[in-house]
Amino acid sequence: MRKRNRAAIVLILLALALIGAVLLACALGAVSIPPLDIIKMTLNKIHFANFQATWQPADETIIFQIRLIRVIGAALVGAALATAGVLFQGLLRNPMADPYITGTSGGAALGATIAMMLPLGLAFSGFGLIPIAAFCGALATILIVYNLAKVGSKTPIVSMLLAGFVVSSMLTAVMSLLIMTNSALLLKLHSVFSFLMGSISVQYWSQIAVIAPLIIGGIIIARFFAFHLNAFSLGEEQAAYLGINVEREKILILAFGSLLTACAVSLSGLIGFVGLVMPHAVRLVLGPDHRLLIPASALAGATFLVVTDTLARTVLAPTELPVGIITALIGAPFFIYLLRRTRREYAF
Amino acid sequence: MLSNSNSLFMRNVSFSYFNGLVLRDIDLNIADGEMVGLIGPNGCGKTTLLKLACGVLSPIRGEISLGGVSLKRLSRKQVAQHVAVVPQYFNIPFAFTVAEVVLLGRTPFVSAISGETRRDHEMSAMALGLAGINHLENRYFNDLSGGERQKVIMAMALAQEPKLLLLDEPTTHLDISHQIEMLELVKSLNREQGVTIIAAMHDLNLASLFFDRLILLKEGTIVADGSPREVLTESSILNVFSASVKISQHPVTSTPHIVVLPREATTNNRIAS
Repeated sequence: MRKRNRAAIVLILLALALIGAVLLACALGAVSIPPLDIIKMTLNKIHFANFQATWQPADETIIFQIRLIRVIGAALVGAALATAGVLFQGLLRNPMADPYITGTSGGAALGATIAMMLPLGLAFSGFGLIPIAAFCGALATILIVYNLAKVGSKTPIVSMLLAGFVVSSMLTAVMSLLIMTNSALLLKLHSVFSFLMGSISVQYWSQIAVIAPLIIGGIIIARFFAFHLNAFSLGEEQAAYLGINVEREKILILAFGSLLTACAVSLSGLIGFVGLVMPHAVRLVLGPDHRLLIPASALAGATFLVVTDTLARTVLAPTELPVGIITALIGAPFFIYLLRRTRREYAF
Repeated sequence: MLSNSNSLFMRNVSFSYFNGLVLRDIDLNIADGEMVGLIGPNGCGKTTLLKLACGVLSPIRGEISLGGVSLKRLSRKQVAQHVAVVPQYFNIPFAFTVAEVVLLGRTPFVSAISGETRRDHEMSAMALGLAGINHLENRYFNDLSGGERQKVIMAMALAQEPKLLLLDEPTTHLDISHQIEMLELVKSLNREQGVTIIAAMHDLNLASLFFDRLILLKEGTIVADGSPREVLTESSILNVFSASVKISQHPVTSTPHIVVLPREATTNNRIAS
């Protein structure tokens, strides 16, 4: 019981941190708007209260039509990547697994590159062709990787990892080849680069409306796998002894993790380190129990990406950096620190 | 769904991994409340037999039933609510505590949506007590010694409330005092809780001392099945293990006691006689 209280407190604190980060991120930018005003105008907007407007009407436009969309987008991407990271690390019993291990990165990159080659301005629910192509590329790659990795009726983890790596490398090579040989793409090198490094490119509420249910639903379903993921930590054989239908559940977990990753990719391109480092950091502080690890990582990942995305658009303003540069700059040293500090935990 | 009569029944069971049969035409009938040891040389099919009995492997031929119900008609979860397996060893790449590991024994009873209940916590607390490791509850599994880990794994299996407990060489990694402690625990589960026990055993003397019935396997077939006195004979051991031994009587329990003869002694004996 004491443990359950601790979990509740931890989650409440993390949720408060996320709300704080969102407020701060909305407040900062070319025009800075006091957080208190943001709270008031939000409460007005949802008809919860009716505060006197102490702000310019333009401020309201900046918050609701620009910043809040982007900040929520960043939170969703961070939560999705961190949750996918937890799912894959738990399932593979490998703390080095990241959300892209099923090959999603290569597929998404190739999909996006091909979309950039096309002279089309197709759009759907506020999504341009690029995110849609990235999403489809990611899902198609998962199917290829899964079928390659399948041996009879089983999908051994090692062959899944290898197939993911190989297919992803091949698709990345095809992408590089396209960039080198297509003159239209060479002109768009900046967009390609910013997709590969990852940038939050959410501009419309309609995009949030499509992706948010998928990501939030995915995280809730991921939480249902928590107890079984703990059992998977003892190895697949032991999980089977404990009554888990290992092959079926493995595919479900891989599918939900990959779906979360594909959703994130469609909003932001390929952001590294969030899905690798956040689960680690949370596990180090709160322990490996997935019942707490999954929701805590989702909240921590969301907070982390809201903060880093704010840095990405403010440190060199008006120039905007790809957020992936910031996550890698912060994430990589932190990861090295964790590795050196916690070597004991990874005894195989 | 499962009645408790006739715990494990195998008829004409064969199994192969990729090439060659690992088990051949096994007929086996283990009744409720028995305590059975599986013995035989490395690779004779002991572990495979245990994996077939709990349904993680399926036979290529033959029929296996638990409590009168064919294994094919039971889901993994249903089987795990009756059968627990104690593997030789496992490692955990993350820092789980002992309490968390033991609670995992409740996996077949825990609903994914509503999570574990008070009863699940009670059962895992009871299992910690039965295995005598209440004091280890908050330690990290990976920090424990081999003997302590084996007890945690045992407690996890007990939290499963098994009617049938399968053990794969439960004493292999343990020193002599832990070996005896482990087998005493298994025996008391059998005698006091009525748990049916099937254990693959490496040490023939311990098997003779603790088990009521031994099954001797050679190259995937059963060559002897009966009390230790019936199964452990000089000729059967020479036949199955190609080892020359002398069978004497245990000074206290008068069960068969095996004394290994070095090759030299065997040759000398032959020369002398």
